Amino acid sequence: MTSTKVISEEKIAFDINNIRNDFPILSRKVNGKPLIYLDSGATAQKPKQVIDAIEKYYSEQNANIHRAVHRLSQDITTIYENARTTVQKHINAKHVHEIIFTHGTTESINLVATTFGKKFVNAGDEILITEMEHHSNILPWQQLCEEKNAVLKVVPINSEGELIMDEFKKLLSAKTKIVAITHTSNTLGTINPIKEIISLAHANNIPVLVDGAQSIPHTKVNVQELDADFYCFSGHKVFGPTGVGVLYGKEEWLRKLPNYQVGGGTIKTVSFAKTEYADIPLRFEAGTPNIEGGIGLAVALDYINNIGFENISAYEHELLEYATEKLSVVEGLKIIGTSKNKASVISFVIDKIHPYDIGVILDQLGIAVRTGHHCTQPIMDKFGIPGTVRASLAFYNTKDEIDELVKGITKAKQMLR
Amino acid sequence: MKIEEIENEIIDEFSMFDEWMGKYEHIIEMGKSLPLIEEKYKTDDRLIKGCQSKVWLHSELKDGKIFFTADSDAIITKGLVAMMVRVLSGHTSDEILAAKMDFVEKIGLKEHLSPTRANGLVNMIKQMKLDSLAYKAKV
Ligand SMILES: Cc1ncc(COP(=O)(O)O)c(C=O)c1O
Repeated sequence: MTSTKVISEEKIAFDINNIRNDFPILSRKVNGKPLIYLDSGATAQKPKQVIDAIEKYYSEQNANIHRAVHRLSQDITTIYENARTTVQKHINAKHVHEIIFTHGTTESINLVATTFGKKFVNAGDEILITEMEHHSNILPWQQLCEEKNAVLKVVPINSEGELIMDEFKKLLSAKTKIVAITHTSNTLGTINPIKEIISLAHANNIPVLVDGAQSIPHTKVNVQELDADFYCFSGHKVFGPTGVGVLYGKEEWLRKLPNYQVGGGTIKTVSFAKTEYADIPLRFEAGTPNIEGGIGLAVALDYINNIGFENISAYEHELLEYATEKLSVVEGLKIIGTSKNKASVISFVIDKIHPYDIGVILDQLGIAVRTGHHCTQPIMDKFGIPGTVRASLAFYNTKDEIDELVKGITKAKQMLR
Repeated sequence: MKIEEIENEIIDEFSMFDEWMGKYEHIIEMGKSLPLIEEKYKTDDRLIKGCQSKVWLHSELKDGKIFFTADSDAIITKGLVAMMVRVLSGHTSDEILAAKMDFVEKIGLKEHLSPTRANGLVNMIKQMKLDSLAYKAKV
């Protein structure tokens, strides 16, 4: 097993310099200036532990999994399946076979929308999402509704960027077949009251899919405590490799879902007359998976558990408060997404300046932010803006970097006026 | 002035700046002299695709020469459009179609522009050439 042992008893004190040293990319320069990476919401940087694990995989361990009797294949199968167990433990799933490896959040959602939709959604049924969803949690459901003549219902948000819970309750109906909702908004930072939402839905016997892409990097998620039916996330946003993600599904749901993609790896026996399919999770994992992705993801989860979520949450909260305070006093700057319950994501607009212009100037200063609609166009429509500038912070960011951001914005404002 | 002469003029102007800030300030400044598109022409079919900000472009043929007007909701983008218009506007279809536009690299901007922006720039030039081609077909 490649993963490092988790030392949960004796938590390592939070030392920002040590942590930054773990991320090689943070010491590079951009446009001649030290990189200030404030775009972890798009994708997080990787610690050297993850990079090393990938290198080790290709230089020492590469073989296909579940396929051969030879030593390399057996070893890597064990490592890969241990990675699945690491994910299971991390989100406290009841069974390891409830963890399906996918390419990412988007594929996880598509898998459920396609298979659940095929079996359980009919004309006139309703699917409930919210106004703050990422396009990846809108389009699969929209497409399903078009195919099945079902109706997509959308819970609105208020001017703080929070779900209007009364509307949610009103929109839950006997026709609702599934609720699909983000745990944390990638644009607004809002953390939704997921536990309450799930229990309201369950009171009506409606299952809930949670898009956890933006919550997994910031908080410890316990799928059993939340009682989520499906929970999706991406490896690359949680300091792991790209091209790997997770679909957690409750055993009873996964067993009810029809096949998604089929092919090598999903079967017990095949003949032209009849194929007997494998049990979950392999039934949903067609073809050779992203092996180094799964392994790297487990190493990334071990890495953050080693730092400890109490430490991460406390530090990120401090960064968020600091950044909010510093940005709030910039003249003409308006923060979009002002819920009290937020992850370390800050979107903002500046009076009469296009977010894009700010992004270009900040880039010249070595500061990486994201500008645009962040794959959440309905939110932009709601607030009547073309886009925002978004700074998304991780535990490797510092207050100094936030100061540089504020300086950069001030400079941009001078140039752009 | 010929297209190439205008390009050289711009290359000269940019050679005065050795820092990115000066270059960008100059781009922003150029935006202020952009011949603005009439409001009624700011329609979706005149939007150039591939820019994160909005860019509208309109062209007209006068005495065998093509004239461009444009606008953008982002200031830097507006400056870039202005620079392209400055180079290409008032020339014949043949001249516009033959323009290599490699001055963009010579003024050291290409490396400074983000990929989305670079695509926007490429798309701007492409649209101006497409317009010219359409006029050529009509003549
Ligand atoms: C909330 C949310 N959902 C879904 C996604 C899609 O994730 P991926 O592109 O890794 O599939 C993202 C990524 O931007 C996201 O922020």
